[in-house]
Amino acid sequence: MNAKDFAEKLNLDILVKNENELNIEGVYIGDLLSIVMSKAKKNYTWITIQTHMNIMAVAELLDLSCIIVVEDMEVEEDALIKADELNITVFKTKESAYEVACKLCKLGIK
Amino acid sequence: MDLLKRLSYHVLSNNFIKAGKGSSDIKSNLKSIGIDSDILRKIAIVCYEAEMNIVIHSLGGNLHCDIYEEKIVILTEDIGPGIPDIELAMTEGFSTAPDSVRELGFGAGMGLPNMKRYSDIFEINSSIKGTNIKMTILL
Ligand SMILES: Nc1ncnc2c1ncn2[C@@H]1O[C@H](COP(=O)(O)OP(=O)(O)O)[C@@H](O)[C@H]1O
Ligand SMILES: [Mg+2]
Repeated sequence: MNAKDFAEKLNLDILVKNENELNIEGVYIGDLLSIVMSKAKKNYTWITIQTHMNIMAVAELLDLSCIIVVEDMEVEEDALIKADELNITVFKTKESAYEVACKLCKLGIK
Repeated sequence: MDLLKRLSYHVLSNNFIKAGKGSSDIKSNLKSIGIDSDILRKIAIVCYEAEMNIVIHSLGGNLHCDIYEEKIVILTEDIGPGIPDIELAMTEGFSTAPDSVRELGFGAGMGLPNMKRYSDIFEINSSIKGTNIKMTILL
């Protein structure tokens, strides 16, 4: 899917967008990095309230599809610069992790 | 059996800006030589956990990745203060990470357990002079 269409469907703001199409094969919700490291897999979207630059390294190491920052958390400027550098697509939304997850489920992403 | 290549990185204590750089570089190097993505994931996990432990818990150290025909070996050494009770430190959920670091999502106490779980051979030695970890991933 195209990041723009995806953002429209889920009511997300695009903070950083890489040039590739989004390929989402799963979802993981979490804020503890070691647990995310062991549970999230390649092409997963990661829903979190973490907003610092170290989350970009995690996303890159795991080849995640994108990050969705929820609860209207302000993503730090250096984190966005890092995401751009590492070519990671980052969205944000006012909604909760649960609300986003429900929408992903409706889209057929499980 | 022969060592084909060694990648080495300095890891600075408490530097969260550079943190993860060594692991990222190791991953992209291994990706470029065609290492399978499931293996790559395991290496990325153990590398990142080990690198972050040097950043968070030690006074600084080094991260190495030794590439062999049949295995990848990730090695770390740091300059202390060491782990007083390794068995306790290996317990899932055990962490001495300060609150400032926990707020960033570190300090789940799952780093050492993850390193053990995702490597085929996990070896650790520690004294007040420092901690050495050797993790072997078979190809
Ligand atoms: N390189 C190290 N130097 C000193 N202490 C360490 C090191 N690595 C781990 N530890 C100790 O072991 C504990 C458990 O480590 P880990 O399982 O990675 O959990 P976490 O990093 O989330 O605290 C740490 O909280 C710390 O007390
Ligand atoms: Mg750790």
